[in-house]
Amino acid sequence: MTGALLDIRDLKKSFGPIEVLKGVSFEVAEGEVVALVGDNGAGKSTLMKIVTGVHLPDAGTVTFAGRPLPFGDPRRTRELGIEMIYQDLALAREQDVAANIFLGREPLRRMLGFLPIRVLDSHRMHDEAERIIAHLGARLPSTDYRVGSLSGGQQQSVAIARAITFQPKLVIMDEPTAALAVREVEHVLDLIRELKSRGIGVILISHRLPDVFAVADRMIALRQGVVAADVPAAETTMAEIVSHIVGAA
Amino acid sequence: MTSAAVQAPARGPKLPVRVESLVVLAVMTAAMVVFAPNFLSVNNLLNILLATAVIGVLAVGATFVISSAGLDLSLGSVLALTGVCGAALVVRLGLPWPFGILGCIGAGMLVGAVNGSLVALAKLPPFIVTLGMLSAARGLGFVLSDGRPIYGLPAELVFLGQGRPFGVPMPVIVFLAAVVVGHFVLSRTRFGRYTLVVGDNEQAARVTGIHVERHKIWLYVLAGAMSGLAGLLFMTRINAADPTAGVMYELQAITAVVIGGTNLFGGRGTVIGTLIGALIMGILQNGLNLMAVQPFYQQISIGVILVLAVWLDRSRAKGQAA
Repeated sequence: MTGALLDIRDLKKSFGPIEVLKGVSFEVAEGEVVALVGDNGAGKSTLMKIVTGVHLPDAGTVTFAGRPLPFGDPRRTRELGIEMIYQDLALAREQDVAANIFLGREPLRRMLGFLPIRVLDSHRMHDEAERIIAHLGARLPSTDYRVGSLSGGQQQSVAIARAITFQPKLVIMDEPTAALAVREVEHVLDLIRELKSRGIGVILISHRLPDVFAVADRMIALRQGVVAADVPAAETTMAEIVSHIVGAA
Repeated sequence: MTSAAVQAPARGPKLPVRVESLVVLAVMTAAMVVFAPNFLSVNNLLNILLATAVIGVLAVGATFVISSAGLDLSLGSVLALTGVCGAALVVRLGLPWPFGILGCIGAGMLVGAVNGSLVALAKLPPFIVTLGMLSAARGLGFVLSDGRPIYGLPAELVFLGQGRPFGVPMPVIVFLAAVVVGHFVLSRTRFGRYTLVVGDNEQAARVTGIHVERHKIWLYVLAGAMSGLAGLLFMTRINAADPTAGVMYELQAITAVVIGGTNLFGGRGTVIGTLIGALIMGILQNGLNLMAVQPFYQQISIGVILVLAVWLDRSRAKGQAA
């Protein structure tokens, strides 16, 4: 228990009269891929938005890398090493690829090299963005393209690049394969395996159970705000997970 | 990266201005050179800049707010209010002349902080908040001035409006300085980038750790400060703080911003574009004046240009999305 990278304990959250999370607990270890599955409205997104600091919980604690995780501060959460790839990708369409990868963490340099005014270091952003995209093996024409002009798969690559550029310890992916072509899905699954091999924890939220079973070490099914199942992927079946999700077990 | 850059129009903007804006500016300037008597003289060009300066300073502030998908309709009223505040400090209270400058800009920032807090913290629509402020600031200006202009500004302040170092009117110098600094901040700094990103995808800004609320408040404070600067220029140019000053100026400033290519719904904008937009309006008015065209037609033509500019922008955006 003390060795867990992420330790979620008894999280509760209501929006008005609706109790979205009714005391959720689970752990993620280093280098472990945990699939978080559940129907629409089961509370997956709310849970993850609490972990990333976008929402505040009503009760409960989260311990990350041995320390209590502060709530409600997305910037601090990212600094600590938790990255999330959102289903809508959370990209600024009018900004270029490099700007999106460094969003919120732009490197600065002194104006003209010595003035006490700090400006965006565009060269560094483009150089590092190119390096990380080459590493991902993504097919992007150039880092100075507007993100809004790229295809869905290319935009996905930008969102992924943003999540892995700053050496995260935990990467949360919300439906990373939902909008992708078959070849691109395989690419994302490979990337998850690579993150795992580097000791990075991964939480994978997905409706596509075949994708989930291809990479996950453990399956956690959320139903109506509670954990309905928490089992090693090798010891369960797709049918069993489906019955946990819909509540027929 | 090895694949050739085939989709050229998808690339990030290399020019800080839309080509269309430059073409319109060039065509209009050429037409005026041909048809308007005495258009092409240093004096007349300085006149155009002088006539554009006050609206232009407002428009620099408006560019930031509009780029963030916000709106400030109170700019003109705040211009009048800040003039009254600055003048009251030096004329009524007898404080030294620098307090006139501090009073104008400080009052503008205060009003901006109120606008910004209502938008960012109370989550009210910018249109409503600043429409309310348009009325409230105008009324407050009348209250503080008893409804009469405040005369008797010290010579140091009047220099800001009427001085001509090296033959260039001071308001023109201030305006161009505001454009240079504004363009630098919007295009080269974190503050500028976050302004555009908040306007582009507020949720993306939030989840990447940008303090969206704090940033929005600062944007309205900035717009207020620019209104204060414009108020200072206006007051010192006519040598009186007039509570009726600047009526409808906010609409002219917003028009200049939009003609200059800034997206009214946020995410895209440049201050240089706004300069071009303001110049297009200034040249049009000046040229039509020189050709002795009735002022009514100037209003019509500016309205037409505004709508055309947005139409052009829309059809271009559609072309890109397809």
